[in-house]
Amino acid sequence: MNEIEVAQISCGSEYTGIQGEIESAAERVGAKIIFPDIDLAEVEAAEEKFGLKVTSPDLKLMLARAISVVEGHTTADAVFIGTCFRCAEGALVRNEIRRYIHDKSGLPVISYSYTERTTADTLLTRMEALTTIAKRRSLLAREKQSGLTAGIDSGSTTTKAVIMQDNEILGFGWVTSTDVLKSAEEAYSIALKESGIERDAVQAIGVTGYGRFILGKAFNADLVQEEITVNSKGAVYLADRQKGAATVIDVGGMDNKAISVQDGIPGIFTMGGICAGASGRFLEMTAKRLGVDITELGKLALAGMASEISMNSYCIVFGIQSLVNSLSKGSRHEDVAAAACYSVAEQVFEQQLQEIEVREPVIMVGGTSLIEGLPQAMRELLQVEVIVPPYAQLIGAVGSALLASGFIEE
Amino acid sequence: MANIFIYPSNSLILYDLVERFGHKPLAVMQEIKKRVTTAGIDSPPLNITPEDPKIGLKYAAVEVPAGVRGRMSLLDPLLEAAEAAILVEDAPIGFGCMGCQRTSELVGFLIRAKRIPILELDYPTSDDAAENFVYQISEFLNGLGDGKEAKNE
Repeated sequence: MNEIEVAQISCGSEYTGIQGEIESAAERVGAKIIFPDIDLAEVEAAEEKFGLKVTSPDLKLMLARAISVVEGHTTADAVFIGTCFRCAEGALVRNEIRRYIHDKSGLPVISYSYTERTTADTLLTRMEALTTIAKRRSLLAREKQSGLTAGIDSGSTTTKAVIMQDNEILGFGWVTSTDVLKSAEEAYSIALKESGIERDAVQAIGVTGYGRFILGKAFNADLVQEEITVNSKGAVYLADRQKGAATVIDVGGMDNKAISVQDGIPGIFTMGGICAGASGRFLEMTAKRLGVDITELGKLALAGMASEISMNSYCIVFGIQSLVNSLSKGSRHEDVAAAACYSVAEQVFEQQLQEIEVREPVIMVGGTSLIEGLPQAMRELLQVEVIVPPYAQLIGAVGSALLASGFIEE
Repeated sequence: MANIFIYPSNSLILYDLVERFGHKPLAVMQEIKKRVTTAGIDSPPLNITPEDPKIGLKYAAVEVPAGVRGRMSLLDPLLEAAEAAILVEDAPIGFGCMGCQRTSELVGFLIRAKRIPILELDYPTSDDAAENFVYQISEFLNGLGDGKEAKNE
């Protein structure tokens, strides 16, 4: 396939001064930004046609460009939708256009709200996922792991490695992330040892996570892939829900992903570095304050009632302060643990899940999904069953090993 | 000759009318030209850089979208230099627009707050209204004198 063409439908990027950053992120993943060509009459007719009245002319232009993509007057492989952060009218238009494009065209679509501080690095993972979905559908269609493959996930908090053979996990390593290469080497060595496999016997290797580019070179990886694609694939594979719709939620150490998946392929997704208070780090700090290991926090939370604790803020600093105040007033540790889990789940629910279409089953993955109180809080908020598949903490590594097996046959 | 701020700030018709009546139009095209012809800046398409929305903090706080503040940095020299203004409300996009309604609202407020002579007109929707539109602009511009008087009004 030639260069991927990403249609940009946006308002304000040129006045924010970050248009170059958007184009740079696209270029780095082998894509080209294009702008749907629209004439004035189409702009003026767009509101009526789309059914949404807006006051800003650039938002009318966005509507016209979205219609052009859906009606096929503009040919594109994927769509990037952007508006300024904190623009209420822009946010409404962005969300409605994202739904419209997704429902009517089937094209992969991402949306983002930018500030002047948005950089190409911030956009890179999202743009990489977007182009992967557009150009590697055959690879993403893979439902079984075959041969002998390895996957390494270099996360912000932990590094995971798995060895898989003929659709089975033989062994895994899970270590705290320090130096990207050293941690990966350590996790990989543990996984190989546990599997009883020699390094040379591994037929293909896939890497993902923050350190994926460094690992890709160091391990001569066959697959170097961002986490959105890999985690979606890994989640539906481990949960055995490869066909049909699903929603994948991954609360990570540094950012969260909420992905609406169809047949294992990501559709709409959000990747939020919204706030440390909505991350695994918040739960880690809570566990430390309660004097328990992070692995014990979940069980503690299950025995507590979040509503017993008054949380005044989602912030990692002020939220922890609320918890500390509760403890000083004699609150139960169980209630505090439950409140911390509920706070994280509520933020993800309010700030990320509203931007995607939540479709059952909901699959929670990543290390935080093992903190039982968190999926429980998500169940309460969503009022649906939440699945935590086996090896949920290894999701990126498993997804990488699964997709890497596609390179053996190639 | 007075410096006349026009809004929509990229309206070619307003620009032309102001020039015909012997005054200097202040339009956003001039500012964009300065940017795109300045060597050493590489932030296409308008050569607005991420520093510009910070300049816009002069007019709007950080919670205001960066796109509004970036536009304000572009309009800043025009607002500063304005000695009189012609504002046209409810104009169709083809007449000129800055793309963002929030920016339009803020610019309208700021220019009125300068207490300079202002002509506010609705966009004409008939031939008679169009003739009257041009007549009112000509009367306004002819009445401004050389600009110094306009400033003191």
